[in-house]
Amino acid sequence: MENPLVIVERLRGYYVGGFGVVHGVDDVSLTIRAGEGVGLVGESGCGKSTLAQLITGVTGPVLHYQGGTVMVDGFNVYAIPEETLRTEVLCKRLAYIPQAAMDSLNPVKRIRDLLRDVVKERTGRRPSNEEVFTTAGEHFESLGLPRRVLNLYPHELSGGMKQRVVVAISTLWNPKILVVDEPTSALDVSSQKLLVKTLMLLRHRGTVKSMLFITHDIPVARQVCETLAVMYAGQLVEVGPVEEVLDSPRHPYTRGLLSSIASYEPHAGRRARLECIPGRPPDMRNPPPGCRFHPRCSLAQPRCAQSEPPEVTLAGKRMLRCWRFSGGG
Amino acid sequence: MRAQDAAVLLDVRQLTKIYTSGYLKTTRVVGCQGVSFVVKRGEIVTLLGESGSGKTTVANLILRIFRPTAGEILLDGTDIFSYPPRAYYAKVQQVFQDPYAAFNYFYRIDRVLHRALAFKNGRMALTERQARIMEVLDVVGLNASEVLGRYPHQLSGGQLQRLLIARALLIEPDLVVADEPTSMIDASSRAGILNHLFDLRDRGIAILFITHDVGQAAYIADKAVVMHKGKVVEQGPASQVLFSPTHPYVQKLLSDVPKLRERWDFSQELGTNVLLGDSPR
Repeated sequence: MENPLVIVERLRGYYVGGFGVVHGVDDVSLTIRAGEGVGLVGESGCGKSTLAQLITGVTGPVLHYQGGTVMVDGFNVYAIPEETLRTEVLCKRLAYIPQAAMDSLNPVKRIRDLLRDVVKERTGRRPSNEEVFTTAGEHFESLGLPRRVLNLYPHELSGGMKQRVVVAISTLWNPKILVVDEPTSALDVSSQKLLVKTLMLLRHRGTVKSMLFITHDIPVARQVCETLAVMYAGQLVEVGPVEEVLDSPRHPYTRGLLSSIASYEPHAGRRARLECIPGRPPDMRNPPPGCRFHPRCSLAQPRCAQSEPPEVTLAGKRMLRCWRFSGGG
Repeated sequence: MRAQDAAVLLDVRQLTKIYTSGYLKTTRVVGCQGVSFVVKRGEIVTLLGESGSGKTTVANLILRIFRPTAGEILLDGTDIFSYPPRAYYAKVQQVFQDPYAAFNYFYRIDRVLHRALAFKNGRMALTERQARIMEVLDVVGLNASEVLGRYPHQLSGGQLQRLLIARALLIEPDLVVADEPTSMIDASSRAGILNHLFDLRDRGIAILFITHDVGQAAYIADKAVVMHKGKVVEQGPASQVLFSPTHPYVQKLLSDVPKLRERWDFSQELGTNVLLGDSPR
C-alpha cells in the first residue's frame, strides 16, 4: 500500500468543564494509508466522534487537545496556524462530515444557494447560479444525484438524499481523506445501501483516497472498510484487517461486541441466543486503573486491574491492547 | 362474528387508516390500508418495514391512540374499542421507543413500578409490592440497589428500557406492543433487551415487535409481517418470510441489509455512471 495519509500518534484530547475532566481520547495511535478505508466501531461514549473531531484539528469550546500528533497529508494539524489549517487542510485534503450533518442543510435555502455560500467562503467569490449548476451539478450527477436537486429545499429531499447531498458537498474539493461520522444511523436499509454505494463510488474513482468511517453498525463498516478499529473507553483495543477481526476477534471486548449484534445472515440461518456485555462503559472522568475493560471482562486476571496493557502488534498487522497478548508483560 | 380460535389473541382485520388534514382542501395520507394479521397467545410477531411503511400507524391503532378509518381489531374476539380503557390497558401494554422520554424526570423510578402494581391490583401492602418489584427486577437482570430510589437521569438507556419491560411484567398484560424498543439503546445492550423480550414470551405474553432492523426481527420473531407503503406485502413464519421470501419487495429489502459475512458487490455499477436510485419526494 501507498504512503500513510493520516498518522495519529499518542493523541490525547480531554473535555474540560464544570463537570470535571473527561478523558475522551486517551493515547490513540492510528495510521490511515492511501487507498485504505478504516472503520471505527465501539459503543456510544467510547470516544469515536471525539477522535474524529481531534483529527480535524478543530476542537470545540470544551474539547481540549492534550498531546500527541496528527499528521494529515504532511501537515501537522496542531503545529500549523489556524488559517493554514482552514485553507489548506480542511476541505482540500480532509473533509469531515459530523454526525447528523444532514440537519445542517439550511431549511430556508435551496441547495444551490447554500452551495454558493460554501463556495464563497472557500474562494472569496460568490459564483452565479449557472456556475453552480454546471460545476457542482456535474459532481452531483456523477454521484447519482439528479441535477435538479440543486433547485430544491432540504425538506423536499428524503433523509437518504439529504445525507448524500452532504457527502457531495463535502467532496467538491476532492479531499484525499473523508472522515464520516455515523452517516447511516438515521437511514433505513435501502438508503443505507445507496449511501454506501456513493462512498464506494468516490473511492473507486479516486476522488477520495482514504476514509475514516465511524459507526456503531459493524455490518455497515464491513461493507465500506478494509481495516477495522475497535475503540473502548478512549483507546483503541483492537485494529486489524476487517475480515480477520470479524472472523477471529482476539480482544475480549471485540468478542463481546460481535456476539451482541443481531446481524442478518441469510445463509447462516437464525442466531443462537445473543450474549451481551455486562455492565456499561466506565465514567471517563475517572477511568478504571489498569486495563479499562477489566471490570466488564470475563477473562480478567489480577494484573489487568493493576497496570495498563501496552499496545502490541501481532502478525497480520493486528494491533491489540490486552494483557493476554503481551507475553510476559 | 366468526368462531374464534382460542389461541388467537389479537385479530387485525382489513385495517385502514387515512390521515386527513384541512377542511376546504383536504389532504389525505394513507397510513395503512387493508392490513390483516393475527397474533396468537405467547407468540412474538414482528412488524417489519422501512420508515414510512405504516408500522407505527398500526401500533397506534392497536394501542387505541386513534380510531381506524375502516376495519376492526379484535382482542379475544371483542372489538378493542368496546373495552373500558382500564380493562383494555390491563391486557395491552407498550414498551416505548425512547426510554428517556417515557419517564417523568421529577420522580424516582420506583414510582412507575408502584403505580403499575396499583393499576393492576389496586391497594396492596407495601411489603408485598416490594417483593413483586424485586422479583421482576431480577427477571430483567437489574440490580435493585442500582436502580431503586434513583432518578431517570442517573440511569442508562438500557437500564431504563429494562425498567419499562419490568413494568410490563408487573401489569402482566396479554400483549406487549414494542415499537422499536432498541433503537435508542447502545448496540451492546440491545441483545439484553431482546433476550428479556423472550422472557416475556416465556411467561405467555405475546409481543408485537415493530422494527426496521431485519437482523433483530430474524433473531426474535416467530412470525413476520412485512409492510410496504401501508400494505402488508408478505406474512408468515419468520423462518420462511425472512429467509426465503417470495415477494419482490421483501427480496430487495433483504438484499439491502448489510451482512457481517459478505460484502456487497458494486463492481458492475462502479464502472458505469448509473443513477443511483430514488427521486426526490
